[in-house]
Amino acid sequence: MQEQAGLPPEMSDRLVYRVTAGDVESGGNVSAAVKSELKIRGLPEKIARRAGIVVFEGEMNLILYANEGGTVQVDVLPNAVDIRIEDNGPGIEDVEQALTPGYSTAPEWALELGFGAGMGLVNMRNQCDRFEIQSRPGEGTWIHCVIERGRDAAE
Amino acid sequence: MRLNELVDLLALEHLTPAVSLDRPVTGGYCGDLLSDVLASARPDEVWITIQRHINTVAVAKVTGIAAIIVCKGIRPNDDVIHKAEEDGIALLSARESAFEVAGRVHRLLFPEGR
Repeated sequence: MQEQAGLPPEMSDRLVYRVTAGDVESGGNVSAAVKSELKIRGLPEKIARRAGIVVFEGEMNLILYANEGGTVQVDVLPNAVDIRIEDNGPGIEDVEQALTPGYSTAPEWALELGFGAGMGLVNMRNQCDRFEIQSRPGEGTWIHCVIERGRDAAE
Repeated sequence: MRLNELVDLLALEHLTPAVSLDRPVTGGYCGDLLSDVLASARPDEVWITIQRHINTVAVAKVTGIAAIIVCKGIRPNDDVIHKAEEDGIALLSARESAFEVAGRVHRLLFPEGR
């Protein structure tokens, strides 16, 4: 499922994080780190914030739902922030249903912590200029989000 | 309004003294569902909630909100307070309910209504 950004190494500035399944206490650490790294690189608050929201939702999905956790990969490209989140299962039976606002399969304990609003994938899609999701039950889920830098850079 | 003025006027308890309250506050958002807060809270707003677990700190950092106001006298544990101080997120505690706190914040920030 891995797909490379297709850029020579000197043009690609890549951040890679491993997220552990079930490690709720660490939830949000990757998104906070990504936001900081983007700001260190001089990206505007708005872009760093949007990327942070995408990564927060993505890492929480890995923690709450993925069998073995997964990876968050962020490429800081000249014109975009390219985010890929993937895991090895269990996969999503019905991706359309998972993208329906309010639909959630979160366990009771997660609901009590304020997760499982059924807004995670929707939030990710809303923060991105391009959003792709592929999933196969038994294999895994692959999410690709692109946030264009141009629109905000010009402001 | 500055955050420190708001904290004084509402008599909020500041749980993270290492974090400066000298920053602007432009509004507030009320919610206990983390994804809802991520989607709708704006930078420089205060987040009024009864959530107090450690993931709230990351939500605050990612959204750029000014502070978390935890209502009904609920106190986050030391790990959460420590994490908030590390990340520069102001944690405030209010005795009142979220409804009361939101009403007071709204009246102070928007005395003419909005």
